Amino acid sequence: MHGHSPLHRLAPECKTAAVFGFVVAAAVTPGEAAWAFGVYALAVAGAARLGRIRLRFILARLAAAAPFILFAFLIPFVAAGERVEIWGVGVSRPGLWATWAIIAKAVIGASAGILLAAVTEVPEIIRGLRRLRVPAMLVSIAGFMVRYLELIAEELGRMRIAMLSRGWRGRGARSVRPLAGATGAMFVRSYERGERVYAAMLSRGYTGEMPDVFNKPAPRSHWLACLSVPLAAAAVAVLARVTL
Amino acid sequence: MNPAAVEVRDLEFSYPDGRTALRGANLRVEAGRKVALLGPNGAGKTTLALHLNGIYRAAAGWVRIGGLEVEEKNLLEIRRRVGMVFQDPNDQLFMPTVAQDAAFGPANLGVAGRELEERVDEALRTAGISGAAHRPPHHLSGGERRRAALATVLAMRPDLLVLDEPGSGLDPAGRRDLIDTLAGLPMTMLVITHDLWFAGELCERSALMDGGRVVAELPTGELLADKKLLARSRLEFPRRSVKKAGPGGV
Repeated sequence: MHGHSPLHRLAPECKTAAVFGFVVAAAVTPGEAAWAFGVYALAVAGAARLGRIRLRFILARLAAAAPFILFAFLIPFVAAGERVEIWGVGVSRPGLWATWAIIAKAVIGASAGILLAAVTEVPEIIRGLRRLRVPAMLVSIAGFMVRYLELIAEELGRMRIAMLSRGWRGRGARSVRPLAGATGAMFVRSYERGERVYAAMLSRGYTGEMPDVFNKPAPRSHWLACLSVPLAAAAVAVLARVTL
Repeated sequence: MNPAAVEVRDLEFSYPDGRTALRGANLRVEAGRKVALLGPNGAGKTTLALHLNGIYRAAAGWVRIGGLEVEEKNLLEIRRRVGMVFQDPNDQLFMPTVAQDAAFGPANLGVAGRELEERVDEALRTAGISGAAHRPPHHLSGGERRRAALATVLAMRPDLLVLDEPGSGLDPAGRRDLIDTLAGLPMTMLVITHDLWFAGELCERSALMDGGRVVAELPTGELLADKKLLARSRLEFPRRSVKKAGPGGV
């Protein structure tokens, strides 16, 4: 799925920094300046086009932001301030604006994140974080998580098949107890795997600090191209504040 | 006389749960030799191997690698000398890509820049896995993972290669390729296995472990011919082959 486009080729740390800056700019933009969010949405759509990512791909993955959005719908009913009536129900006007702002910011921020993930392979993102001077321990933990998540999921899948093969139903109250047992076994296995991985690291001279391998700084042109996005977004955010 | 590549003397070790794994093990491997370490499950083979680079510390006795004693102050040099290829490649491949994983060891030794890249290229080439340099380990097949794990250790340019069950989980052709690759490497090797074919094809000598001790050390050909010794050690070739197919069907 990782095709090649100008966006794919940019250095991961530049893209990550750009998305971070862009999301911060969107987050501090006042919700009342609705036009600003239109500009942000256009920016995301434009970037997606440049990266040859279909909008439908982004929209499908936006479902992950749904819980936050659902929560936002409660606000007009519980918030204070001037009341307005919608379909005969009194709701708070500032609450409505807050709902709009949360939805708009969540959708913009999540779309930018999805786009980043779509044009950057996960190992690259991890390397990008390292070069952005995110603390090495956090980057290592993120890296190990990515590396071993799939392995643990596979193991869990095998365990499930083994349970089904011996008559486990996988449904209903009686299936919970074996599942809890399997989860416990999973935890112990992962712990043991951790010890083996650590032994393998020690065997190759690990002394407590991850070495920085193949660290090549990103070309200046990548930084310029990427940073233009959050800078433009920051300008929009400032404009939105002063014109309010 | 040059020091032996591996010298293990009266090594004893018990696990924290009280299980005794080594009861005075002795072993000597001359430089440049390829030696199989054979024995049944629970004989102490892997435990012995993990003493060779100081992951486990001897409760009694000592270990020397190329004349250098395995002790705290020598650990980094010991770990450079001893390349340990673990049984499960998934334990060994923890970096995001194969190339980064191969760079992990030499980078810990202070190698950087151009030289690091050269070392990684060389190791990947020798292990026959250059094509997968920038792939994440979970996208590799079992055989490729095994080769990638070997590459991560070769990148440290070890004097001694210790391989724990290198043939397990490989199909016959994969096992054959791996034996050929290993046979072409110049360094001393200690191959832990209970795969007698693997030992017979790769190693001129074999050490046999049982009950936490090395009970025999002899040319592999002699060991493989000694049916009684093999049977005592729970190692055997197939007793008979299936002669005729049953009537009909598969």
